Amino acid sequence: MNNGRRKVLKSTGSMAVMGLAAGAGLFKPGSAWAQTWNKAAFETKTMADTVKAMGGTAATESKEIAIVSPDIAENGAVVPFTINSRLPKTESIALLVEKNPNSLAASFDIPAGTEAGVTTRVKMGQTSNITALVKADGKFYYTTKEVKVTIGGCGG
Amino acid sequence: MADPMKIRATMSGDKVEVKVLMSHEMETGQRKDSKGANIPAHFIQQVTATHNGKTVLSAQWGPAVSKNPFLSFKFAGGKPGEKVAITWTDNKGDKRTDEATIS
Repeated sequence: MNNGRRKVLKSTGSMAVMGLAAGAGLFKPGSAWAQTWNKAAFETKTMADTVKAMGGTAATESKEIAIVSPDIAENGAVVPFTINSRLPKTESIALLVEKNPNSLAASFDIPAGTEAGVTTRVKMGQTSNITALVKADGKFYYTTKEVKVTIGGCGG
Repeated sequence: MADPMKIRATMSGDKVEVKVLMSHEMETGQRKDSKGANIPAHFIQQVTATHNGKTVLSAQWGPAVSKNPFLSFKFAGGKPGEKVAITWTDNKGDKRTDEATIS
């Protein structure tokens, strides 16, 4: 078992807010979405598995999600992404890089009052499809975009 | 303890735009050192942003988020002079909280 992970659970458990869900969610990934780090979801290799690990069944493609990113990233270590969702009742936004060792890169929970759009930067091992997975009103939606990564960084 | 985060919270129309730059190595656990031994993973797993005690964004990250992570988002209901606090926790149990005043 990973020692580091134990420590995290222990320390988050001591925080009043996290304490409630940490115990319950320990061996039930998906049920404690947002409160405990969803280890199972971060170990998945495909989008279908990620959706399952997040407690869903399947995702439908949607044009209401926009991924803003460079088409060609010269440096795979830092690729900026902005994901905006126009789906009503967007609850969470996740970013998946298909060809990374583990596809899920980050997921964000959007409480009411917060705009359904986040910007962050991720690492990409190679040219890959990027998927934005949005949970809105209890259902999962996604959109995909290919981003090319130039290794060696000559800008070609 | 890690270095402080750089947080900027500004009004953008009726919403507050928050930009955060964290200082963290975000080691993936995939890399090897010069002797061929694995460098253990060390990355931020959870990020929480709060405003007046209310969570305005929470995130879970994997090691694929870039070194010295950047995050930006917008939320409604903030006013200039109020504070936004960001907390992160990494996989070794370290955590850090920083605050910024909305301007």
